[in-house]
Amino acid sequence: MAKEKEEKRPLPPVGSWAPAVVLGWLVPGGGHFYLKRTGRGLLLLLAVAGMFLCGLMMRGAMFHPQTGDLLTTLINTGGFVGDICSGVLYLFSVWLGYNQPDMAGAVHDYGTKFLVTAGLLNVLAMVDAFEIAAGRKD
Amino acid sequence: MPKMNLSHFEAAFLFSLFTSVVLGVVTKTNDRERLHYGVYVFVCFLLALFGLGWLMYLGHG
Repeated sequence: MAKEKEEKRPLPPVGSWAPAVVLGWLVPGGGHFYLKRTGRGLLLLLAVAGMFLCGLMMRGAMFHPQTGDLLTTLINTGGFVGDICSGVLYLFSVWLGYNQPDMAGAVHDYGTKFLVTAGLLNVLAMVDAFEIAAGRKD
Repeated sequence: MPKMNLSHFEAAFLFSLFTSVVLGVVTKTNDRERLHYGVYVFVCFLLALFGLGWLMYLGHG
């Protein structure tokens, strides 16, 4: 059975989706607010900010980009990218001096994962905002 | 900033909850399907949580 090729759609003009994506990065759910999807934006804001705040209250550590062997680079740089994807949540917490060292303990470890996952969930929200802004999704 | 001291279960429960909300919101095409998917993902998380918990408990002997 021949597999149907997915039709390639051209990328819409940057101006039509970039503001939603950038706002979505800066403020979780911001892209959805910009696109008048208030209810979904609010849920995204609550979920991402809630996860990030739980990570802070569990005293999770922020990743810093490091090079070395492949695993060290992957974990630290990938973790840093995940952290920074939380937008203003990350920027404010760093500007306000949050600098928790990486400590042993299950709660700290959960906190670190919560902080990274908040950023990764925000990436999903940004992709959703892009698809809505680009007209690929309702 | 207050400090939270959660158990493994509480932390995993919160993680499941937040993740399910986002996955529910960004997938599917209407609100009803989003709600169903969010609940489905949350239940899957909880089943995996209890399943793996029991597996580790029994495996530990």
